[in-house]
Amino acid sequence: MLWIIFALLTGIAIFSVLWPLARAPRRQNEVERDIAFYEERLGEIDREVERALIAPEDAKAVKAEAARRLLVSADQDKAPAQVSQTRVRLATALGLVLIPAVALGLYARVGHPDWPDLPLQARLDSEPGRMDLATAIAKVEAHLAQNPSDGRGYEVLVPAYLRIGRVEDAVRAASTALRLLGDSPERLSLYGETLVYAAQGVVTKEAQEAFTKAVAKGALVPKASLYLGLAAEQDGDKPRALAIWKKLLADAPTAPWAESLRQKLIALSSEEGPQSTPEGAAIAAMPEGDRDAVIRGMVDRLATRLAQNGQDLEGWLRLVRAYKVLNEADKARTALDEARRNLGNDPAATARIDALAHELGLEG
Amino acid sequence: MIVETGHYALVLALALALVNAVIPIWGARRHDPQLMAVAPSVAVMTFVLIAYAFFALTYAHVVSDFSVANVVENSHSAKPLIYKISGVWGNHEGSMLLWVLILAIFGAAVALFSRNMPDELRANVLAMQSWIGAAFLLFILLTSNPFARLAQPPAEGQDLNPLLQDPGLAIHPPLLYLGYVGLSITFSFAAAALISGRIDAAWARYVRPWTLIAWIFLTLGIAMGSYWAYYTLGWGGFWFWDPVENASLMPWLAATALLHCAAVMEKREALRVWTIFLAILAFSLSLIGTFLVRSGVLTSVHAFASDPQRGVFILVILTGFIGGSLALFAFRAGELKQGGIFAPVSREGALVLNNLLLTAACATVFVGTLYPLALEALTGEKISVGAPFFNATFVPLFLPLFFAMPIGQMLAWKRGDLLGAAQRLMVALGCGVVAALIFAAWHGAPWASYCLAGLSVYVIVGSFTDLAGRVFADNASHAWHRATGLPRSAWGTAFAHAGLAVTLLGLAATGWGVDRVLTVRAGETIALGPYEVSVLGLVPEQGPNYSALSAPSIIRKGGVAVAKIVPESRFYPSRRMSRAEAGIATLGFGQVYMSIGGASPDGAIDARLYWKPLVSLIWLGALIMGFGGLLSLSDRRLRIGVARRARVAPVPPGAQPAE
Repeated sequence: MLWIIFALLTGIAIFSVLWPLARAPRRQNEVERDIAFYEERLGEIDREVERALIAPEDAKAVKAEAARRLLVSADQDKAPAQVSQTRVRLATALGLVLIPAVALGLYARVGHPDWPDLPLQARLDSEPGRMDLATAIAKVEAHLAQNPSDGRGYEVLVPAYLRIGRVEDAVRAASTALRLLGDSPERLSLYGETLVYAAQGVVTKEAQEAFTKAVAKGALVPKASLYLGLAAEQDGDKPRALAIWKKLLADAPTAPWAESLRQKLIALSSEEGPQSTPEGAAIAAMPEGDRDAVIRGMVDRLATRLAQNGQDLEGWLRLVRAYKVLNEADKARTALDEARRNLGNDPAATARIDALAHELGLEG
Repeated sequence: MIVETGHYALVLALALALVNAVIPIWGARRHDPQLMAVAPSVAVMTFVLIAYAFFALTYAHVVSDFSVANVVENSHSAKPLIYKISGVWGNHEGSMLLWVLILAIFGAAVALFSRNMPDELRANVLAMQSWIGAAFLLFILLTSNPFARLAQPPAEGQDLNPLLQDPGLAIHPPLLYLGYVGLSITFSFAAAALISGRIDAAWARYVRPWTLIAWIFLTLGIAMGSYWAYYTLGWGGFWFWDPVENASLMPWLAATALLHCAAVMEKREALRVWTIFLAILAFSLSLIGTFLVRSGVLTSVHAFASDPQRGVFILVILTGFIGGSLALFAFRAGELKQGGIFAPVSREGALVLNNLLLTAACATVFVGTLYPLALEALTGEKISVGAPFFNATFVPLFLPLFFAMPIGQMLAWKRGDLLGAAQRLMVALGCGVVAALIFAAWHGAPWASYCLAGLSVYVIVGSFTDLAGRVFADNASHAWHRATGLPRSAWGTAFAHAGLAVTLLGLAATGWGVDRVLTVRAGETIALGPYEVSVLGLVPEQGPNYSALSAPSIIRKGGVAVAKIVPESRFYPSRRMSRAEAGIATLGFGQVYMSIGGASPDGAIDARLYWKPLVSLIWLGALIMGFGGLLSLSDRRLRIGVARRARVAPVPPGAQPAE
């Protein structure tokens, strides 16, 4: 459809060049026009004399001048009109070649013919879940515009901003919350976390200060300790990182994130094994509700990706594990079936899928 | 799909403009009517394609299509519809699209309404217009594409700069662009005349209506912009000698000179060099204005997103067109023989003086605008050239112009009678002196205010002296008949001159204004000149995409309420910007102006209050000037084509031709 319209537009554009070339041209009588202009001017001079804009004694001279001009211009009009078929053919060829060549050539560089229009309303109708978060954010923002001193509102916005990637706004909201509500250890570490996001995973000096302040408050703030450990690791100070994290594990041996941190510790001490990303550690440190939301978001994205491209064994294994952790055994089983269906003709993959099913007790 | 077809239409328009830049000129050189006939048809089609592209972008803005980067950067789904539409040109890319759209409108208008023009002239004009169009279309497509897309459309746009969320945006840029771009037509006419070598009185007649149209729009556009700044920036100023304002004033001065000069050329075929030069100058200045605004040389509300690459591109366009046309000018200048001879004291002589004063004023503004920029670029030193510089240079050039305006109107062509003109203006001069005395007694100091007010009254009366003398010559009962019998261009001149004087009166009256900056609370009453302003209360309000604090206030005179104003201070959360919405009450020709800032916790607000007597005359004057331009445009002299066609039409036997 789009290309039909392009073709149509190109067609009428070319037509606008060819049509006048195909018609008999109008013939203008230049001399007649010059005379008309001159007569008009003579009448005007008379009227101007009447209005005393030209002195009567000058009128004659002015008229003579106009007549002289008429002669000069009639002289210039002598060049006769010449129509040449060669020129017409050349011009036709120019129109036929240049227009499509320039239009398609340039459009190919700058255009996106395969991208449809995306009016907001249509998108709202097709992606309600995603828009709900945006709408919720907009609502809270509107509320804050009215009550700019409601620190709790900013605090709520921070994880939501982080989730949809408005990191700058998250930093601003976290610092506003800090200013309005005072510096509790949780808020300090939340603020620090947004700074880490803003620096794309690097624990900056400013973030480190926030975490240190949070820890200094005395209470146990796992998130702050996690990031401080991460900071030490990024500085290349592994022993310090190990010390911080070991102390954290000793303080909270049964926390939900304890297991993954232990693995991280093992990996760090042996310098091998699965790589843990700063993001992973950050997620582990979140309060339970937020963490679940973030993890679910990630799991959903993974599932969508796999639904589009099912040839990713590691992806399927991660997805099944994630469902198990989220206590969604049914979804985990469905994912296992999907994985087997997608990778059924790869015996090695099937074997690993079966092994995982066994490990997680999801057989049958 | 609409977005991409619009994009394609724009690319196609570039291709057509390239074709039209070549074939008609070729045809004109070879006297080939077949090739020249291509010009109007392609000009109209180019307009259709660009209009479609403009529609497509407007559509994307209206439906909030956030896959278009331009919409994301300048729109918000909660924005009111009118700002979604005007937001299309409230940004760099969209305004450039509006620019080429207007260019195409003028091209199509020449194609459709100038059937009577000589073929060669029309072909060359449209070809020149296509060169300009092609250059700017290429600029748009390569450096500022409004149809750039985003693969990952965000959920919400970044909203339009709050200063631009105003009905002013719907009017000011289109008017101003019609003026700026209208000058491209006069430029194309000048270039066409230089190419063909036919620079005569007939040419001047064909170019005159287009100059008038451009001038009218430029006048109204500048006035509208100044009024917008006045009510939206919150401190009651209406002209700041800001480089961007100067960039619009310079083409206006050049266009005004051109308008007068073309009249001389049309009647006497004199001042040909002046006319061609001014036509080139006017458009060059509007290109320079574009360069200043879009290159990032300046930062201001007009400077949108600036980018050095764009600056270089515009600089190339600018040097190409200005350099090219001046080279042509130099090449042909030798052939420009002197036209009709005139005495120094004559209508022509007065118009030469007018040219000199206007171009000198223009040069002053040019220096005042560019010198600080050049100095900063060369030495890094920042200096500010503001009102004091222009008051000392521009004003002394403009004052003699006001004195001379009515005199010029009185002088005859070829040879004028200065003494006679002065005698006939004694009444106007008397009126001016009396008015100055009255203003001095009424408002008092400063002296500049009542002197200028007297000057403007002299010009207003003087503008109509000649016409009034004719209309009320002897028998008053035929006055209406005689008034309509006079050429409309004469009325147009009188109105335009009087309009400028009305503006001057408004400017003169600023000296009598009263302003107060203070902190007010609900219930307080402030004395302001002849009025008292009582603040009723502070009311928080919620707009569609902003929150506001308003301070409804009552204006009283001698205890009697005469008006109510509601100044607001608005906050736009998505841009985190505040803006004042002034409360303005027009009382007579004066205005009470109040703008408020944010509230402090204890309920007090910062407020600025002004009483500005006669201030509305500044903009009313511009409207009168525009009206004068329209009157002149409707003059029968400019409709020569229609008259001629009636004459050459076959006349039925026995009937007498009209006229």
